[in-house]
Amino acid sequence: MRIPILRLGKILLASIQTDLSDNDVLQFQNDVVNTIAETETLGIAIDITSLDVVDSFMARVINDTARMARLLGAEVIICGIRPYVAMTLVEMGRDLIAADCSFNLDQGLKMLKQLISKRGDADLDGAEDDVQRA
Amino acid sequence: MAQKMMYSAHSLEQIAIAGPQDIVKARGSVRALAAQLDLGVADQTRLATAVSELARNVIQYAGSGTCTLSDCSDDDYIRIRVIVEDHGPGIPSIDMAMKDGFSTSNGLGAGLPGTRRLMDSFSIESVPGLTTISIMLVRERLREKLK
Repeated sequence: MRIPILRLGKILLASIQTDLSDNDVLQFQNDVVNTIAETETLGIAIDITSLDVVDSFMARVINDTARMARLLGAEVIICGIRPYVAMTLVEMGRDLIAADCSFNLDQGLKMLKQLISKRGDADLDGAEDDVQRA
Repeated sequence: MAQKMMYSAHSLEQIAIAGPQDIVKARGSVRALAAQLDLGVADQTRLATAVSELARNVIQYAGSGTCTLSDCSDDDYIRIRVIVEDHGPGIPSIDMAMKDGFSTSNGLGAGLPGTRRLMDSFSIESVPGLTTISIMLVRERLREKLK
């Protein structure tokens, strides 16, 4: 079970649609990090609306993936955590999810664009081409 | 009235835990049982998450084991009991294992203490060769008011 990672200009988009085994989750982490490195993406939105269980292992992998992506230079937003997943994660204790989150993919993409433009080192609208030409 | 103090398991489902896919299966089964007994989505999620944590511990520390789901409900209460058992090396220190942030496997150390917080009852017995963790979620049965 591999999660497709889609490219949307300088942003990546991944949507987890089924319950994942631990191996699937680790494969996904690997795919995300490699795709970011290959494409030099500025940000990734990970939609987990369909995940109805996020236990401590998955929470850790999500956190780790976000940290790895940031080390490479990409911003990360986790989109669409279900209310019952949020309740369970908080009841279990401590800050199990430390990444930035948004209600949905739409808001997530807006947040990503803001984060990227705030950095000031890259432009989403083809600035890279200008630099190369200069 | 004395009968109400006693409850026996109505239905039993045993799931063999031997690989990562069985964790998915176990949490799916307990969610289905909770839904079937009319528990809300929040409780379904609590149970599925708790079972997921315990089943993963089995894989991680013992390699294989079993997860038994039982419905111990009566007229007044819905009770779901889950017993997770393995024949691994056992938990060296239960006190340490129940501490937040303690892990012998580089994990978050949130699994066992987190599971205890999600459930209404939680017990561990562990000796080398047999570890048994029993959890239960108890909810008062919502019934239409008699008029």
